[in-house]
Amino acid sequence: MDFSAIIPALPGMWEGMAMTLKLLVLGVVGGVALGTVLALMRLSHNPLLSRVAGAYVNYFRSIPLLLVITWFYFAVPFVLRWLTGEDMPIGAFTSCLVAFMMFEAAYFCEIVRAGIQSIPKGQMGAAYALGMNYGQVMRLIILPQAFRKMTPLLLQQSIILFQDTSLVYAVGLMDFLNAARSRGDIIGQPHEFLIFAGLVYFTISFSASLLVKRLQKRLTV
Amino acid sequence: MISIKNVSKWYGEFQVLTDCTTEVTKGEVVVVCGPSGSGKSTLIKCVNALEPFQKGDIVVDGTSIADPKTDLPKLRSRVGMVFQHFELFPHLSITENLTIAQMKVLGRSKEEATDKGLKLLDRVGLKAHAHKYPGQLSGGQQQRVAIARALAMDPIVMLFDEPTSALDPEMVNEVLDVMVQLAQEGMTMMCVTHEMGFARKVANRVIFMDRGQIVEDCHKEEFFGNVDARSDRAKQFLAKILQH
Ligand SMILES: Nc1ncnc2c1ncn2[C@@H]1O[C@H](COP(=O)(O)OP(=O)(O)OP(=O)(O)O)[C@@H](O)[C@H]1O
Ligand SMILES: [Mg+2]
Repeated sequence: MDFSAIIPALPGMWEGMAMTLKLLVLGVVGGVALGTVLALMRLSHNPLLSRVAGAYVNYFRSIPLLLVITWFYFAVPFVLRWLTGEDMPIGAFTSCLVAFMMFEAAYFCEIVRAGIQSIPKGQMGAAYALGMNYGQVMRLIILPQAFRKMTPLLLQQSIILFQDTSLVYAVGLMDFLNAARSRGDIIGQPHEFLIFAGLVYFTISFSASLLVKRLQKRLTV
Repeated sequence: MISIKNVSKWYGEFQVLTDCTTEVTKGEVVVVCGPSGSGKSTLIKCVNALEPFQKGDIVVDGTSIADPKTDLPKLRSRVGMVFQHFELFPHLSITENLTIAQMKVLGRSKEEATDKGLKLLDRVGLKAHAHKYPGQLSGGQQQRVAIARALAMDPIVMLFDEPTSALDPEMVNEVLDVMVQLAQEGMTMMCVTHEMGFARKVANRVIFMDRGQIVEDCHKEEFFGNVDARSDRAKQFLAKILQH
C-alpha cells in the first residue's frame, strides 16, 4: 500500500467532491420543495389530489434509485423528443439531478407530512380564525413550525442522499467516488484510492450524524 | 349582529347540533354553558365558519355563512376568537403574534400594525413582554395576549371558547378582568364559559345547551333568579357547578 499518490490527485478529487455537493444541495432543495407540495396534496381533502400524491410516494419508494437514475438518463430524452418532436439533449448532470429530486421527494414527503401532522390542530384553527387563507395558514404558521421540528429528520435523509449520489457513476458523471476511482485506475493503485474515498465518506457522514443527534437533543429539551 | 337559524350539524351519523336557533344583538354579552360534549364549542365554531354545518344558516352582520358565495376568510377576519388553549403561534414573538394577521390579512403597514398591537398589549397589562416568545409567558399572560391579538383585527364581535378552563386557578381572574372590561365597553360577546360569576356580572343572556340542543335561552335575571322554572337538566347542571 502506498498512499503517497493521493496528495497530487487531491485537486482532481476535490472537483469530484464539488460535483457531489452540488448534486446533494440542489437535490435536497428540490426534493424538499417537491416533497412539501406532495405532502400538502396527501393531506388535502380533495381525494384525487391525495390519491395521486399517495401513488407517487408508493411508486418511488418501491423502486431502486439506480433504476430511476438510469431510466431518466436513457428514457427522458426519448420521451422529450416524442413529446416535442425535437432533439433535446439533457446532460447527465440534469438527468441525475431530476432523478434525485423526484426520488427523494417521495421520502421528504413523508417527513413533511408527519411534521405537519405533529402541529396541534388548534394552531390551524387560530390562523383561520384570524382571517388567513389556506396559503397563508400553511406558509406563515404551520410549515415554519413543522420544519423546525423536522430539521433533524431532513438532515438524516440528506446524509443518506449524500452517499447515494455515488450512484451517478452508472451514467458516467464524475462525482467524488468516480473521480477517486478513475484516478486510482489510471495510476494503477485502485485500492488505495478506494480506501481513501471510503474514509472521506465515513468522516463526513459520521460527523454530520453526530451533529444531527446534538441538534435533536437541543430541539427536544 | 349574530343570528343563528335552525342550525343542525352531523359528524357522520352522530348529530352534534340539533336545530339551534338564537340571536346575539349588538353590544350584548351572551354566556353559553352546558355539560361536556353538549356541542358548545361546535356551535361557537360554526359562528365563524371554522366548522361547517349541514342545515340552517348563521348570519353575521348581514353576511350569510351558508351562502357559498360568502368570502369566509374575510368574514372570519371580522370575528375575533379566543380559544381554550390560547393558540398563540410559538415560533413568533408576542409582537409578531399581534401584527402578523393585521399585515397579511388587513394589509396594514408594519408601523401601523405594531403601533396598534403594542397599544392593545399595554391594555391587557403586558407591554413589557412584547419581545418575548409565547413559551416564556404564563398561561394567564398568554391568554391575555390572545385576546389582544383578536382585538387587533378590530372585530365586530368576540367569541370565547372556555378561555379560562385551561388556566391555573390563580390566573383565572386576570383573564376575566380583561373580559369584563371588554363587556363594559360595549363589545358584542359570545362566551362559552362555566364562570358563573362572570355571567352574573356582565352577561345579558345565558344559553344552556344539552346534547346538541339549546335547552334554555333567557335573560340572566331569569336564569339565575328563577331557578325553579328551569329544565331539570339545567337545574342539575347549575347545582353541580354552583356547589364550588
Ligand atoms: N371531529 C369530530 N368528529 C366526531 N365527533 C366530534 C368531533 N368533534 C366533536 N365531536 C363530538 O361532538 C360533541 C360535541 O363536541 P363539543 O366539543 O362541541 O362539546 P363541548 O360542549 O364544547 O364540550 P366540552 O365542554 O368538553 O368542551 C362531542 O360528543 C364530541 O365527541
Ligand atoms: Mg368545548
